[in-house]
Amino acid sequence: MNSLIQLSYFAAAVLFIMGLKRMSSPVTARGGIVWAGLGMVVATLITFLWPGMHNYAWMTLAIVVGGGLAWYTGKKVAMTDMPQMIAIYNGMGGGAAAAIAAVELLRGDFHAPTFQVLAVAGGLIGSVAFSGSMVAFAKLQGLMKRSLVFSGQQFINLAIFAAALAFGFLLMAADLPSGLNILLFFALALLFGVLMTLPIGGADMPVVISLYNALTGLAVAFEGFVLGNAAMIIAGTVVGSAGTLLTQLMAKAMNRSLGNVLFSGFGSGAAAEGEVAEQGEMKEIDATDAAVMMAYADTVIIVPGYGMAVAQAQHKIWEFVQLLENRGVTVKFAIHPVAGRMPGHMNVLLAEAGVPYDKIFDLEEINNEFEKADVALVIGANDVVNPVARSNPESPIYGMPILNADKAKNVICVKRGKGKGFSGIENALFFLDNTRMLYGSGEAVAGKLITEVKQL
Amino acid sequence: MIEGFTALYIFMLAAFTGYEVIARVPVILHTPLMSGSNFVHGIVLVGAMVAMGHADTGLEKVIGFIGVMLAAGNAVGGYVVTERMLEMFKSSKGKNK
Repeated sequence: MNSLIQLSYFAAAVLFIMGLKRMSSPVTARGGIVWAGLGMVVATLITFLWPGMHNYAWMTLAIVVGGGLAWYTGKKVAMTDMPQMIAIYNGMGGGAAAAIAAVELLRGDFHAPTFQVLAVAGGLIGSVAFSGSMVAFAKLQGLMKRSLVFSGQQFINLAIFAAALAFGFLLMAADLPSGLNILLFFALALLFGVLMTLPIGGADMPVVISLYNALTGLAVAFEGFVLGNAAMIIAGTVVGSAGTLLTQLMAKAMNRSLGNVLFSGFGSGAAAEGEVAEQGEMKEIDATDAAVMMAYADTVIIVPGYGMAVAQAQHKIWEFVQLLENRGVTVKFAIHPVAGRMPGHMNVLLAEAGVPYDKIFDLEEINNEFEKADVALVIGANDVVNPVARSNPESPIYGMPILNADKAKNVICVKRGKGKGFSGIENALFFLDNTRMLYGSGEAVAGKLITEVKQL
Repeated sequence: MIEGFTALYIFMLAAFTGYEVIARVPVILHTPLMSGSNFVHGIVLVGAMVAMGHADTGLEKVIGFIGVMLAAGNAVGGYVVTERMLEMFKSSKGKNK
């Protein structure tokens, strides 16, 4: 029986790695998740045969309840809300790793001191990933609007982390750790996860979620060592290293270091200082003029942002683009690496609307083409087209690579109102001479544009 | 049981594997891939099951129950969300042909 279990875990590990590999190419991606899913089913079913287990009824109930709720929420959630769902499911994984650590520590039945150390380490990391992911979820879901920043915050966080570590060492040293110490250890670790995530602004959340994803992987690997479970070790470690790399790639796309993201409290109020009031005023345009301008243009580049996705305007925009193309206009989509809420998120949203890949371009591919474009249509994007990132060293987003929409002959910005963007930074693009503002929600505006173009 | 250096070797090789698998991924797949790797660490479910299966006291059972529930959420939720995202890549490719 034992060999059968080990063989199944081996197969699961192979399926996970092959699945992830397939997921890293658009052509085979769809099959990749099915492979990985198959591995998960095999591993889960075979675990019921693990020798010497009891509590089967409750175990099955827990799987049905947890899995059922996740299935329901995962199916129902809108595509725009995907990032926070990843955060919450990831947090659950971290919590599960912490729960394993808690059970093992309570049992205190370790084969070697190394396992006790790893159990504590996995418990710490898992707890931080759990509570941190929950805060990230609350922020992205809009349940928690303000970022909490107070003086001496870093110091307090450090003190709490040190206290959690101290209790961790107590647990590692004890033969049979006391229940109170275990409780305090987990309470401090959870508290640290919350406090560490609170000051981080919404714009940086994707990087943080990716980091917690990597941390959960590591916690799972550590608990895998404790339980002597090779599938957990391999899957957890693979996710740990892949997640770390993804986190770095995301931070790099925003031209910020990970330390900067975690400790600077960007986009939370610190941005207000050093901010120069933009001079000039925003010039408005109505849908009729905008439609005429684009219908008679040679080249139009569309810069979609999260605002477009929230308004669910991508379908209407695609319809509008097809009308323009019928009139002989060349239309391209320019995607900033962090458009939407995560790298690649906007591509997913455009794919949902049916926009083909070959019309979607990365920042490097398209940035030189703005100069030749007649119109840049900015829909619900803000910080990623803010020329301040190139010109003003005082600005918090200075140095971030941006799409050069301001270099197009004409810029039309679709925007709900006159407020600032997600990061709270004034956008200099809106005040340029060649920029016209088209006010309204993305979907309403797109609807009007369609009507106007049809009437031409 | 996997002991000492064997464990270290597994850890090292798996870490390189993860790095290599992700290293040359186009930006458009970053979010689906993050979601996919989020699903893969849902394997914590098997560990949570084993931990709960060996729980004796009431407290251990309760914590084990919570652990299994959370882990099942991670695995199932991670799968559903990833599948939905990747489904779109398939449909848009179909229209392209």
